[in-house]
Amino acid sequence: MAVRILFLGPLADIAGRQELAAPAPLDWAGLLALVSAEVADQIAEDRVNIACGGRVLSDKRTLAAQDGDEVALLPPVSGG
Amino acid sequence: MKSRFCRRSAADSCMALRDVRLVAEPFDSAELVERAFSEVPDTGGVCTFTGKVRGSGGVEALELTHYEPLTLPGMHDLADAAFTRFDLLGLLMVHRIGQMVPGDDIVCVSAAAMHRRDAIDAADFCMDHLKSAAWFWKREKRSDGWHWIEPVPSDHASLARWK
Repeated sequence: MAVRILFLGPLADIAGRQELAAPAPLDWAGLLALVSAEVADQIAEDRVNIACGGRVLSDKRTLAAQDGDEVALLPPVSGG
Repeated sequence: MKSRFCRRSAADSCMALRDVRLVAEPFDSAELVERAFSEVPDTGGVCTFTGKVRGSGGVEALELTHYEPLTLPGMHDLADAAFTRFDLLGLLMVHRIGQMVPGDDIVCVSAAAMHRRDAIDAADFCMDHLKSAAWFWKREKRSDGWHWIEPVPSDHASLARWK
């Protein structure tokens, strides 16, 4: 088991992939170190949200993903 | 996925209809609305908004991506908020996902109420929130390829009306 990281919307284009598996546990610093510098810059912006286990984190710096968790990187929505 | 339930007291004997879904295939808004509300008693008015894919600006296709664990639960939360805020007899909220072409229906929100103001305001409320706060990412295909659509400030201004 590992942590599954999903890149949503335009982040998938920037990352050049839709998902990535990472060893658990995974915290905010670990996530930033894992992705490319360009993706790290993007997800550090306030307008990008992070969900872990299906819940959007109110403070993404508190990320603490465990084995089997899905971490979704959510850029600003473009609406319905 | 359709459920009927009562949100008022039993003495009120209402049957509120609620239909909230994501669909991957083309749909006909008029047919959905007709089918949804034909059996709702005491309906004084139905307000329906249908959003369509525009063909202007050389748009050849539109693709909507979503995130399963958040998108549909978020739409249900929005429906809950609409039922709490407005006096509704029924609410339909259907959203396309995947690829579509100009002319396709993207979204249909339809609210039924005893009085017009609740129906009109509920449809407006749901659309403003779907446009700026629902978990969808949109990209358009034009002759030079795919382009992601960024949120625009007016979407947030629309949302602020309901604060």
